[in-house]
Amino acid sequence: MAEKILMKGNEAIAEAGIKAGCRYFFGYPITPQNELPAYMARRLPMEDGVFLQAESEVAAINMVYGAAGAGARVMTSSSSPGISLKQEGISYMAGSELPGVIVNIIRGGPGLGGIQPAQSDYLQATKGGGHGDYRLLVLAPQSVQEAVDLTLEAFDLADKYRNPVMILGDGMIGQMMEPVEFKKEISPEDLPKKEWATVGNKGRKPNVINSLSLQAEKLEELNLRLQKKYVQMKEEEVRVETIKTEDADYAIVAFGSMARIALSAVERAREEGIKVGLIRPISLFPYPEQVVGKVAEQVKFLLTVEMSCGQMVEDVRLSANGRCPVYFYGRSGGVVPTSQEIYEQLMELVRGEKE
Amino acid sequence: MKIVAKRPESLADKPTHYCPGCTHGIAHRLVAEVIDEMNIREKTIGVAPVGCAVLAYEYFNCDFQQAAHGRAPAVATGIKRVNPENFVFTYQGDGDLASIGTAEIVHAAMRGENITTIFINNAIYGMTGGQMAPTTMIGQKTTTSPYGRDAKSAGNPIRVVEMLATLKGSAYLSRVGLFNNKEIKKAKKAIRKAFETQKAGQGFSLVELLSTCPTNWGMNPTEALDWVESNMVPYYPLGEFKTPEGGDSK
Repeated sequence: MAEKILMKGNEAIAEAGIKAGCRYFFGYPITPQNELPAYMARRLPMEDGVFLQAESEVAAINMVYGAAGAGARVMTSSSSPGISLKQEGISYMAGSELPGVIVNIIRGGPGLGGIQPAQSDYLQATKGGGHGDYRLLVLAPQSVQEAVDLTLEAFDLADKYRNPVMILGDGMIGQMMEPVEFKKEISPEDLPKKEWATVGNKGRKPNVINSLSLQAEKLEELNLRLQKKYVQMKEEEVRVETIKTEDADYAIVAFGSMARIALSAVERAREEGIKVGLIRPISLFPYPEQVVGKVAEQVKFLLTVEMSCGQMVEDVRLSANGRCPVYFYGRSGGVVPTSQEIYEQLMELVRGEKE
Repeated sequence: MKIVAKRPESLADKPTHYCPGCTHGIAHRLVAEVIDEMNIREKTIGVAPVGCAVLAYEYFNCDFQQAAHGRAPAVATGIKRVNPENFVFTYQGDGDLASIGTAEIVHAAMRGENITTIFINNAIYGMTGGQMAPTTMIGQKTTTSPYGRDAKSAGNPIRVVEMLATLKGSAYLSRVGLFNNKEIKKAKKAIRKAFETQKAGQGFSLVELLSTCPTNWGMNPTEALDWVESNMVPYYPLGEFKTPEGGDSK
């Protein structure tokens, strides 16, 4: 077992990238993720890697595109307004089937918003974000350790599907310090060669990285191929944690750091004899529809709690599909719901249910 | 039988979609000949722009990446940083490079990114049907400057190589014209020098090629060639603006 070290979320994600064999990082400053590029700027030269501060988020994601097309494991990070700027490049990466890891340490929006934690980029992350019919694999950690584990996994998933993967954290995940261990370390030399990469066409036909198809039928072919990947992701990559749902009469649905706070409310209600459970989606795309749907069959209601005005709640409703009422509680703009608020909200709904 | 002329190996055996009289075909051929002569085809990665040359990956016989509008220098940066032993070039028009992609080209030059840019300046957006470009001449009529470009409202045409010449990272900058055989020969020499600059690891290199767009200019091909010489060259002077020997590169 590797030793445990105390690390800030942003720095731990960066180190996890290096441990996953990533040697290329292209970024641009924005709070609250600045420790991540700063860490890469310090660490990557030690590993013969490249850290480059781009002229903009737009340029950074296109450098990621170029490096990914050249066959490397590559990463960028930003926060909400910067992620909006990266959407063009993300859509091109999905269309050109390029792997890469994008970290979004969400802050409150819209517009310039604030710098406090939020989850209001859920829809952008899970429903496409940029133009066209595409999806990202979206993973939402609730702790620094989980951020490390998911980042390590993200690079494998990106390569497996030739698709960008997003780590969706929030200011809390990025800024807090927790003990972490790195369970594996991959050397870039040990990674399989990517036969499709543009490295020079010695002894073969040219490789082309491209998302342009002027013939409608050809473009539809690409779209159908992409859809197949998304179906496969739904079959193989759903990640979800359920706590105390076996006997639950009610359940809360929350992801990321919000889920940790919601768990305190669940535990307190349990102490009062109220049978409440927690569903914590870890993969936001693919969404754990079946798990949510199954719990919806058994409980009197689902309460979705988010640091937004209600985004994931749409997926909870789709998954519940009328099997139980779905309620929502959220705070936005960087205000974090307390466990007390969630508890009160829950108890009010329970009382209403009993009346 | 002695072969006196043939298609360069670096060009694919495909008809292009370019309009009759357009100089893209000449520019493609010059780049391909240089790649052949330097024997670097199997190590060369091209980056295609958005615009008329978006399909360049169909016409060059080497690895290629297609970039978002204006982002070719950023994409090329990513490729070159991963595999510095590759020769990486971008092929961009004036809308792509001098309008939407100004940040990317300026910063690639600022960093002295060891890549080569082939910059096609034909004073108009071709692919989208003849809109005003930042390089459009004063008084030139386009679909979005129907009364002629007016400096008061649209500003004056941007001179890219002069602007980039202020940056220390620019190692080789040259402007050439594709309007007669003599100038085309000079253009090839400039492209060769740009690739040699990259080979020597001396930093950023760019060749601006004054080019034609007979279709959107509403001229026949010979009129268009004359128009480059008589209208563009006086505003966009030809020559080398920066050389590695000049001592001002990084």
